[in-house]
Parts: sequence; C-alpha cells; structure tokens
Amino acid sequence: MKRTAAHSDARDGVACGLLWISPWLVGFAVFVAVPIVLSGALSFCEFDGIRRPVFIGLEHWRGLFADPLVWKVLRNTAVYAALALPVGTVLGVAMALLLNQPIPGQTLWRSVVFAPSLLPLVAVGIIWTWMFNARFGLINSALALVGISGPTWLNDASWAMPSVVILGLWSIGHTVVVYLAGLQDVPRELYEASHLDGAGPWSRLWHVTLPMISPAMFFNIVVGLIFVWQIFAAPYVMFPGGGPQRNAYFYTMYVYDQAFAYRRFGYACALSWVQLLIILALTAVAFRSSRHWVHYRGA
Amino acid sequence: MKPQTAVRIFYLGLVVAASLGFAAPLLWMVSTSLKPLEDVGTSRVALVPVHPERTGQYLWENFYEGRPTFVDEQGVERVGYEGVWTSDNVNFPLFLRNTLIVAVLSVSGMVLSSAIVAYGFAKVRWRGRGVFFAICLATMMVPFPAIMVPSYFLFKWFGWIGTLQPLWVPAWFANAFNVFLLRQFYLQIPEELSDAARIDGLSHWGIFWRIILPLARPALAVVAVFHLTYVWNDFLGPLVFLHHQHNFTLALGLQFYMQQHGGTPWNLLMAATTLTVAPLLILFALTQRFFLPGLATSGLKG
Repeated sequence: MKRTAAHSDARDGVACGLLWISPWLVGFAVFVAVPIVLSGALSFCEFDGIRRPVFIGLEHWRGLFADPLVWKVLRNTAVYAALALPVGTVLGVAMALLLNQPIPGQTLWRSVVFAPSLLPLVAVGIIWTWMFNARFGLINSALALVGISGPTWLNDASWAMPSVVILGLWSIGHTVVVYLAGLQDVPRELYEASHLDGAGPWSRLWHVTLPMISPAMFFNIVVGLIFVWQIFAAPYVMFPGGGPQRNAYFYTMYVYDQAFAYRRFGYACALSWVQLLIILALTAVAFRSSRHWVHYRGA
Repeated sequence: MKPQTAVRIFYLGLVVAASLGFAAPLLWMVSTSLKPLEDVGTSRVALVPVHPERTGQYLWENFYEGRPTFVDEQGVERVGYEGVWTSDNVNFPLFLRNTLIVAVLSVSGMVLSSAIVAYGFAKVRWRGRGVFFAICLATMMVPFPAIMVPSYFLFKWFGWIGTLQPLWVPAWFANAFNVFLLRQFYLQIPEELSDAARIDGLSHWGIFWRIILPLARPALAVVAVFHLTYVWNDFLGPLVFLHHQHNFTLALGLQFYMQQHGGTPWNLLMAATTLTVAPLLILFALTQRFFLPGLATSGLKG
C-alpha cells in the first residue's frame, strides 16, 4: 500500500494511468455514480415511473420514520445480522479448525462444506422450503424418528426467522475457506514456542490461533455485514409476502416491493439511501473496532 | 491405542458428522427428484428411494418426458404430469440458453476489462494511482439494491429493458473485487520482467499482452470461474430487468417454475432445482483448486 501511495516513483503520465483504468472509470461513472446521484435526487420526488417526477422535498424522508413497516424490516434485518454473523463466525472458525486437522479425505470434506455456498440463493430457498416442510420435510421427519414433533417452521411466526438463519449457516463454506487460508499461514514456530511455555490447547487457541486468523475473521465479518443487509432471494422465494406476521420480511424485499410492486419509486430511493448509509456506517464501525482486535503480523 | 490416535478418530467422526449435515439438503434434493409423485407425500424419511429399481424410469419422467395419466396397483387413477425439460409453460432449455449467452458475454468482458484495469493499478506508475485505487475498493461497499431503481430507469432510457443487455454490458467495465484480485497477483510478478521488456522496446500494451497476461492465466481463470458463478446465481438483477419469459435466466426461471406450480409437486421442483445447480456443482468439481485454499485466496493477504 505504501508504495502505491508514494508519488516519488511516478514514472508514467497521469493520462497513461487514467487510460488504463478507463474501463472501470467509465463503468463506475455510468453504472454506479450516476445511479447513486439519481437515487438521491429521486428520493426528494414523487415518481410513479410514468409521469414526470414531482419535487416534494423531505416528505419521503420524514414519512420513512413514521412507516411502521420500515421499523419492522429494519428490526428483522438487524436481528438476522445479530444472529447469523456471530453464530456463523463461531461455526465457520470451528469448521476450519476441524478441516485443518490431518484427517483422511480432507479435500472431500472441504468440498462438501464449501459446495453449498456456491449455489444460487433461489435454489437454496427452494431446497430449504422442502427441508422445512412441516409434514414431509427431512427435518421434521428426522425429528419424528427421535420422538419430537417439530414446529411448522416457515408457517410459524416464531420459527420463521430461525429458519432463515439456519439456511444462512448452510452457506458459510466460503468463509471457512478464508479461515483455512489464514490457518495455513500461522507459523509453526509460534505453536512450538507456546508448547514450550506449557500452554494447553485452549490457551493456544485463544492466544495463538485466533489472533493469527483475526485478519481473516475481520475480512469475513466486513463482507458479511455488507451482505446481510442485502439478503433477498432466499426469503423472497420462501416467504412470499414476508412470512407469518411479516417476521421474515427483510429490508431489500421492502425496497423491491415499494419500487416494483407499488411503483413508489421515489420512496424506494429514500429507503435504499438509508440502506447505503447503514452499510457505510457499519463498515466504518467495523474498521474502527478492528484496531483493538485484529492483529496483523509484523505490525 | 495411543491417545493421539483416539483424538484423530474423534476429529474424523466430528468432520464426517458435520459433512453429512452440510450434504443432507443436497442429498434430499436429489433423492426427491428421483421419486414419483406418490412417494413424495409419504411421511417416512426416505433419503433412499422406495422403489430403487425404478429410479431410471422416474429420472426420465421427472426430468424429461413427464408421465401420462395411469392407474396404480390399487386401481386408483393417478393424474400425469409434464417433465421439467419438456414442460409447456416453463421453458427450461430456453432459460439455460439465455443463462449461457449472458455467461459467455459477461465472463469474457469481465476477465478482459478487469485484467486491463488491474494492470493500470499494478504496473503503470502514475500520480494519483493510490487515490483512485482506494475509490475503486470503496465501490465494493455499494450494494446493488441501493442503485437498482435508478439503474432500471437508466437502462430503460438506453432501451435495454426486456433484453439481456443489463446483465452483461456492465461486466465489460470491470469490477472492484476482480480488479483487486488481479492486482494482487500482478504485484507478485517481478518488476524486472517488465523492465527487461521495456529495454527490448515493448510498450505498456506490449508488456501487458505478451508478458503479464500469459503469466496471469491462473488468476484470470479464478476471475472467470468466480464471475461465472455470480452470473449463474444472480437473481435480483434478472428479476428487476427482465420482464418476459422468453429472456428469463435459470435462477429467475426456477422461481417462476415454483410460482407456477404453487409449490406442491416437490419431485418436479427438486428436479428443476437439481437441473439448475448441477452445472455449478460439476464446474466446482472440475475447478476445485481455484476455490479451496491456495491460489484463489493467496492474493487476499496483507
């Protein structure tokens, strides 16, 4: 990073550099910058997609705070994030530690854990709708074998959210791969040294392994924070209408419905701006906090 | 038994149990897709088919040909159904074709444009490079939902709504994540190679085309495979930009199929789902080394 920022070794002209990155520059301007600005402008307008947008000032922004559904989807999304991220991190690290052991068939087990995270979320949503089927699904059938009568899952207001979390945990394979890569980088000497110091397995996990993979944890948590706020496809196919008592109605589903079902495009733009601000704020907080718990080697 | 061996066996047991948990939904999907409708609605756990000897016949019926109305052993008339591939109202061969068109156009554009932009960030030395690179990385944080409404109207203005263009044209303008991945890879290529080529009179374009690109082939393959899975899985994009069944992609088509059937014939829904995910799983089996630790993530460190 240092070298990139240094100006002293600039050898080529700025025009040459800009020319090389021009595909991204043009794409960024047309497909990202213009839409973001447009979205900001539309958030101050009433716009149904047919008639010309009418400026209405802060009405949408004020209306947003008074809209009970906004609070509902914000709460649902925050609850999902608060459940899925910590549980996913613990499970992901645990799976990586296990898959890092020298055991027969290592590549096969790693593939099995990783594969689900590759699948289209629509497919994941459909597969789990069938898994959670109250009468014939695999989960309740398995529970019945041990004498437990399972809940109706997707139709049960208190189990709708846990169902989405369980489905999310199924797709943590890509985080496991990042942890595994981090684990491979832990220098052997550190373990040998801690062994000589008489550290037990727990102490080694806490004082050597976890600090050494903290950059990987940070990477996964930041990516996770950005993505949980965009959760859409799986709940959209599992819970048309948001599920019982709208307990599985997430933020992006609400933005989509406001825009493309009710054609309230101006309001949807205000909502999506709020989403962008939340993501930026959370990412900033994550970077702030990282100073206290992320250990970069050599730092 | 040595204590170490016992620990090993304990770990192996845990890994096998966890892997079974991860594999169960997929096994359940495949096993359901190979059942006739009358066996799906039985309340026993049947990961194993009821009539294993007829699996081939059920596979053919569910995935391809469908089944005519018939009278079962109890003399009850059973209603027939259409196979997924030959279904009249949901055209999976067409969805597959659309997905492949988007995949080819999108992946080739993404690989080429990201390779060029990454060269500008790694091998061209210019004032302001750091600032632009930081901005480029920051754009990774912009979620698609935040720009989907204005993008819709922008593409409408371009005349792209109702065509596949919104799904592949933007891919020709690189993407921050792939640029980052390739830049990290380029930085590992010794500068001496470029210097030597420059002395031989090669321009930046010559160095890029003849030296960097051939060396970066493994990293380009990673970008291609990553982007292919992205294209295959994208749902919100097609949902917003495609309005006619004739240009639906597989992900959108699958959801449409579920809607059409009201979510009841689970053997057919699982056959359709298997059809959608199978190419990805095959691709993964062939390109595993790009995904599992090693090359793909080596660029992500510090």
